[in-house]
Amino acid sequence: MRYEAPETLDAAVSLLVRAGGATKVLAGGTDLLVQMKAGTQEPDLIVDIKRIPEMRQITAEKGGFRIGAAVPSAELGEHKALVAAWPGVVEAARLIGSTQVQGRATIVGNLCNASPAADSVPAMMAADAVARIVGPNGTREVPVGEIATAPGKTTLAKGELVASVFLPARPAHAGDAYLRFIPRTEMDIAVVSCGISLALDGGKVASARVALGAVAARALLVEEAAKAILGSSLDEAALDRLAAACSAAAKPIDDKRGTKAFRIQVAGVLARRAAGIALKRAQAK
Amino acid sequence: MPLDNPPAKRSFKTVGTRPLRPDGLDKVTGRARFGADATAPGLLVGRILRSPHAHAKIKSIDISKALALQGVKAVVTSADFADRTDGLRDVLVNVMARDKALYEGHAVAAVAASTAEVARKALKLIKVDYEVLPHVTDVDEAMKPGAPVLHDDMFTKGVEPAPTKASNIALRCEFGHGDVEAGFKQAAVILEDSFKTEATHQGYIEPHACLANIAADGQGELWCCTQGHFMVRDTCAQLLGIEVSKLRVTASEIGGGFGGKTTVFIEPVACALSKKAGRPVKIVMTRDEVFKASGPTSSASMDVKIGVSKDGRITAASATLRYQGGAFAGSPVEMGAMCAFACYDLENVKVVGYDVVCNRPKQAAYRAPGAPMAAFAVESIMDSLAKKIGLDPIDFRLKNAAKEGTKSSYGPTFGPIGLVETLQACKAHKNYAAKLGKNQGRGVSSGFWFNFGGQTCVSLNVNIDGTVGLSVGTPDIGGSRASMSLMAAEELGIAYEQVKTIIADTASLGYNDVTDGSRVTFASGLATIHAARDAIKKLCARAAKTWGIPEDAVVWEAGHAKPAGKNAGEFEPLSLAEIAATVGNTGGPVAGHCEFNAENAGPAFASHVVDVEVDPATGRTTVLRYLIAQDAGKAIHPTYVEGQFQGGAAQGVGWALNEEYIYGADGKLQNAGFLDYRVPVCSDLPMIDTVIVEVPNPGHPYGVRGVGEASIVPPLAAVANAVSDAVGIRLPQVPLSPPRVLAALTKDGRNAKS
Amino acid sequence: MSGVHVSTTVNGDALEFVCDADETLLDALRNRLGLTGAKEGCGTGDCGACSVMLDGRLVCSCLVLGAEAEGRKVETIEGMADGEALHPLQQKFLEHAALQCGICTPGFLVAAKSLLERNADPSEHEVRFWLAGNLCRCTGYDKIVRAVLDAAAEMRKG
Repeated sequence: MRYEAPETLDAAVSLLVRAGGATKVLAGGTDLLVQMKAGTQEPDLIVDIKRIPEMRQITAEKGGFRIGAAVPSAELGEHKALVAAWPGVVEAARLIGSTQVQGRATIVGNLCNASPAADSVPAMMAADAVARIVGPNGTREVPVGEIATAPGKTTLAKGELVASVFLPARPAHAGDAYLRFIPRTEMDIAVVSCGISLALDGGKVASARVALGAVAARALLVEEAAKAILGSSLDEAALDRLAAACSAAAKPIDDKRGTKAFRIQVAGVLARRAAGIALKRAQAK
Repeated sequence: MPLDNPPAKRSFKTVGTRPLRPDGLDKVTGRARFGADATAPGLLVGRILRSPHAHAKIKSIDISKALALQGVKAVVTSADFADRTDGLRDVLVNVMARDKALYEGHAVAAVAASTAEVARKALKLIKVDYEVLPHVTDVDEAMKPGAPVLHDDMFTKGVEPAPTKASNIALRCEFGHGDVEAGFKQAAVILEDSFKTEATHQGYIEPHACLANIAADGQGELWCCTQGHFMVRDTCAQLLGIEVSKLRVTASEIGGGFGGKTTVFIEPVACALSKKAGRPVKIVMTRDEVFKASGPTSSASMDVKIGVSKDGRITAASATLRYQGGAFAGSPVEMGAMCAFACYDLENVKVVGYDVVCNRPKQAAYRAPGAPMAAFAVESIMDSLAKKIGLDPIDFRLKNAAKEGTKSSYGPTFGPIGLVETLQACKAHKNYAAKLGKNQGRGVSSGFWFNFGGQTCVSLNVNIDGTVGLSVGTPDIGGSRASMSLMAAEELGIAYEQVKTIIADTASLGYNDVTDGSRVTFASGLATIHAARDAIKKLCARAAKTWGIPEDAVVWEAGHAKPAGKNAGEFEPLSLAEIAATVGNTGGPVAGHCEFNAENAGPAFASHVVDVEVDPATGRTTVLRYLIAQDAGKAIHPTYVEGQFQGGAAQGVGWALNEEYIYGADGKLQNAGFLDYRVPVCSDLPMIDTVIVEVPNPGHPYGVRGVGEASIVPPLAAVANAVSDAVGIRLPQVPLSPPRVLAALTKDGRNAKS
Repeated sequence: MSGVHVSTTVNGDALEFVCDADETLLDALRNRLGLTGAKEGCGTGDCGACSVMLDGRLVCSCLVLGAEAEGRKVETIEGMADGEALHPLQQKFLEHAALQCGICTPGFLVAAKSLLERNADPSEHEVRFWLAGNLCRCTGYDKIVRAVLDAAAEMRKG
């Protein structure tokens, strides 16, 4: 195995393009090193992107924020303006692993690892975040929901990497939230999760995005769930519709972390609770 | 040695204080050397190839390609270990599979190589031809006729007439007295139910690790993290066919054991590789290997029935316990059956136990082995009975509690014991009066553990500066060096800091049983007291010689030899340091020794009270308060006693809520890591309140009882009873994982939607 | 496997080592530099026994490649005491008996130190969640949390 730590994005892409065997991009490494230890990944080349300056930056852009691919979750939590704008996304990123893991893990790594249970992904999908992909043929912008296709599988082509994620400007009277269910208080992978972003107009939900994690082969954007609360003031009936839509959209499996029935049921519970938090945040703005 | 004085009159100078531990500085600075921290010149890396199948015939093993790889220095398989027919055969077969792989992770071959990378490659080059066989991992399934049979020579013991057909049931055992049928007829209320517990792992943070350096003639050394290095020495020597005297084993600092390091796994393999390669070999298990191939505890399936009179006296109690202990006989079902009803004063009691094998790793001891599962079943029924007859759960237990003179359900009649005092302490504690909110519940449970004594040998050397070196042979897994120093200092009348206790290697001290059964503070402590008194006798003799008076005219008081009787006051008392300074002129070194088989370990009882809150929309349980009252007999170092109480309770909470071995339909372990084998993390627990009850054990001069294990016995039931109190339904299976709890709530229409 | 040459700073000392490209920082510290204070409890970032500071951030050294340490600053348990003087956290861990077997202790101390550097007056809740990535199987955490809170109080007094 070879280890390279290029200092420019071009150099990184060039390494990825020229590489012969199995190649992995190293950002935080909190998934990759575990997979290497287990022998499920045996890369011939690792390209560490942490020495590329723009990968380490959070930049204000068009009222929103661009987050470099190598920014660890802990830094998201320390960025006051980002936390104020997208508390749900930051909370989701801050739920990934321990304090130690927070010092390394990145939301782009979380996205590209393509686990259906990735915490930051439903929150980013709810926030309508866009991934910037850089590769041999230039740059393309793709909604984060279109990166993962199945566990461990992405739409990235050879030589491509996600360089950053863009979180758009937060509309007025809007709020987001992310909740996941885990058996312990920390250190677990989400058994089921829900990210919600909504904007109010005159006390009614004017727009909403709802995404679920760990209920299918990849995180799901649930349009029916968003529709279920549009125009409502998130009254009990609207919350019932939201929960029902989320449970209906969930297509989970039984596994060591939870049962199918549990995930379907709790998807609705988390949606109700997350909607409540997002609503309070929207009302506060 | 009996209790020195009536306990009320005994006052202690050193014992009962809370000094810093002697190994503490090394452990807070990173200097302490644990199993994996050793190295040696020319060190090779050892790795083990393990079966990917739950049950398979090993048709052949081809090691030729691995041996040919550059950097590979030795390969061993079962062919390198002579087969045997004695009591060590199961250990041998567990260490290295012979004709069959009996569980996923069963060792089938091992390599020693120049680097970890070469070792990894070499394992891939070993070709094992398996014939996969049907497997069974559930205890009830394994007992059914037609289940895949692991051992065609296993005929159930304890059954008359002896079966002629092989099965997975290794043993049937029975304990009790009286007439349970007659007792149930006297009952006003009878409750019975069936219970299940899942297998858990001790979860010590330090994986098994050892470094063997054995010469071709069999002489050598072994460094390892173990609860019993004498056991390791004897076992390795026998499995390798070398004399016990040739192998010197040093116990490293041990990063947790809880019973899981009371046997051998990698040590004989490292020795065999080292002997074959002629170089030192280190083997360190990965966490995945620890889960798959060390010794988790049994899973259990149990039926319990208890009858009570109208006024709350138990008239009869019976239970059937079925424990699977992995791929070999030896589940702790007998101990479970003995402990099940030990908390209660019963006229009619009967427990039947079945020891069952299935395709899982061979179980090893885990803190009060066998007791927590049985207590879960019995104490759940006790809780339901208390509710049914309208008695406070503590009052109900007090009405039936075993006390001095009670004939225990497993045979012996109890001497002075502290169960009643632990229950009273719980009742008097502020936690028991704390107000409970919505979705919150309180659970009570009691538990029992025998406590062991066992073979013990210590040596106490008086140094020329008046300090004392104490060598014990029981690895220190929770602060026992501090306790030993406290007891030696108490006897000698010197300061705690003057006594330095070490864990001696196997060449420096006589045989010691493993650190288990909560035996160390009792047995090694008792041996320490004996050795100190032996040294005192010799110190007095030296003073007598100095003064020219008879030896029996000298007494030892407050660290000094004093002339007594008609010589009293004739000479200035001599301190230990003064005598020590001149031993060269008075007859040579002074040392005290003790080697014995410690008996009369007093049993331990604990009562726990836990408050929980259950989220009715997700089934998630949060522990709000936790209280432990346990009888320590006499707490030598109270802080470490509290630590033992708290640690056992935390492990029990894990067992109750989230820890479990999860097997797939393929017989493979699904969660062989700390990510999905969910031990409690720091944010999962509240502070854990403790009350140390002291009912002296008459079998020890200070009254000491073991404290390490009883604390894991009550938590499963205490938590389950609290959950039951919170949600209004009883869950007869742990762990009480959220999916299990939510499914039960939903079925009962008690779940919430948000 | 070709070796990677790494120049780094460990506990203030400029050090060099050669490691395999896929070797973890934990293995490099333990096997190349003889710093065995950080322990491998899991190798997957789940137990925290290998905690070290990397450029001022708390990390699991089992989830960092040795090669990544090039030009970085690493701090381990071995650098925590100042000669004979223990750090207040080390002293409080001893006084509160916050360790039984001691295998998790270096990781807890490194993690707790990084907490107190960011938050001089943490609540019990904050201590528990900051340390959730450090597993202890002996103590039930009670005495560890008390030791950290007590050390924080002492350090605030100065």
